[in-house]
Amino acid sequence: MPNNKSVVFSAQNVSKTFGAGKNLKTAVDNVSFDIYDGEIISIVGGSGCGKSVLAKIMLGLYQPSNGTFLYRDHQIKNLKNHWNEVQSVFQDPFSCFNQFFSIRSQLEDSLNILKDKPSKEEVKARVDAGLLAVNVKPSDIEGKYPFELSGGQMQRMLLARIFALRPKVLIADEPTSMVDACVRANILDYLMKLKQELQMTIVFVTHDIGLANYVSDRIFIMHDGKIVNQGTPEEVLDKTQEPHTLKLLDDIPEVHKTEWIKNSHRSKK
Amino acid sequence: MLKLLKNLMKSPMFVVGISLFLLTLIIAFFGPIVYNVDTNARDIVAGPYAASSAEHLLGTDHLGRDYMSLLISGLRSSLYVGFVAGIIATVLGVFIGLFGGFRGGWIDEVLNMLTNLFIVIPSFVILVLISSAVKDGRSLTLIGLIIGLTTWSWSARAVRAQASSLRSRDHISLARINGASSLTIVIKHVLPYLLSYVFMVFIMQVSSGILSEASISMIGLGPLDSTSLGIILNQAKDNGALSDGIWIAFLPATIIITLTVFALYLINTSMEGVFNPRLRK
Repeated sequence: MPNNKSVVFSAQNVSKTFGAGKNLKTAVDNVSFDIYDGEIISIVGGSGCGKSVLAKIMLGLYQPSNGTFLYRDHQIKNLKNHWNEVQSVFQDPFSCFNQFFSIRSQLEDSLNILKDKPSKEEVKARVDAGLLAVNVKPSDIEGKYPFELSGGQMQRMLLARIFALRPKVLIADEPTSMVDACVRANILDYLMKLKQELQMTIVFVTHDIGLANYVSDRIFIMHDGKIVNQGTPEEVLDKTQEPHTLKLLDDIPEVHKTEWIKNSHRSKK
Repeated sequence: MLKLLKNLMKSPMFVVGISLFLLTLIIAFFGPIVYNVDTNARDIVAGPYAASSAEHLLGTDHLGRDYMSLLISGLRSSLYVGFVAGIIATVLGVFIGLFGGFRGGWIDEVLNMLTNLFIVIPSFVILVLISSAVKDGRSLTLIGLIIGLTTWSWSARAVRAQASSLRSRDHISLARINGASSLTIVIKHVLPYLLSYVFMVFIMQVSSGILSEASISMIGLGPLDSTSLGIILNQAKDNGALSDGIWIAFLPATIIITLTVFALYLINTSMEGVFNPRLRK
């Protein structure tokens, strides 16, 4: 990564364990990396490899058990300040919204985290703009509750929240894992749009190395809590002999391999 | 609030339940105004087991006290005990269950251990022991208090299980990164999911309070300061009304207890459909 870009996240020998004694489980095991401004980083790995725990450390929802984890050269202490700049899209769009409140009221509530409190009119305008950015007419969700929309629409609501909040960093924790292929492509396009239009730094957590190749500047491969391989998509996908990466590559369906890896759509960036 | 009431009134089950329950409240609290008999229901007004008449609608009991007056007074006492027990058990159970389940960690483990301890100790035995020990001071409030303090564990368990599963839900994480305080998260993002449980728990605790009071009074350990439906049943039992076939001495009290608990059950069941917008839509 170019040296002129500032470091957003810096991890030095970071570990995260849960439980104690016999039940001690190491979810993240001694990882070190730097993530730079404006990058799209993909963290790729199978289930239980620790990628979501690492994402939650970046978000400040978990504290590392060992090591040093810094956001812009500072430890994450004031969470409200942190969430003013670092936001997230979670995996399951249905469980992300409270089913007792309308979607609009929840999108508007999201803006409470902003340091400079917007006026009521500005909140409405920003939510409308967020919805339009993901191709949803604001009137289409008026009075609607979360359970009245499809999974794809709900995932778009989560992204609309990000367009409305305009954070500096987005942690996207498997936003494509519970939606169909068509919606998946849309979500990737929205991630690219966030980077291009808002110069957002994006950490994209996924188990699908094909998708990671499609959007990433760099890819971290995780296995058993460790980062076992990292580099640009070309370095990780084309030149590697690392066995866990090869296993992930083997899991891509043939049709996707052809589409994403051999003929790479990276020109979209 | 008006919208909620409107939705509730759309449910026939709720309408039947609330009508029945309001009827019991009206009888208990306004009955003495309409039915002009001594509300303490302790005066002997006629001979034993007098037949019904215009003056004494349901006749008299074995001592010659107006039976209708006894029932009105008894219903009021039973409802009072039920509500005292219900409120104490629900508040205590919801607080302990919610606090432990939502916080997790060692606090949850300690509170869960305490809950399990209260579950394995048979509450009726404690009720009998305390009622026997408190000879002269056995009042309606004390009985309600003992029932509430010995039955909260079931409320705590039901609420804890729900709160614990909600803790790791994404909408809680999203509320946190929206900057919501812990109190806001509990009130706005946890309690609504538990509302039907809290109501269910409250209604169950009121019902079980009414039934526990009836049970303790049936065995002669009921309150000494007033007549309850359980005491009416106890006196019917002691005076051989069952073996002598004097149905008027026990059947009305039994029917009133059953209908009150049934009304509470109907309210409880209908409320879930209203509080849960998924079921409502």
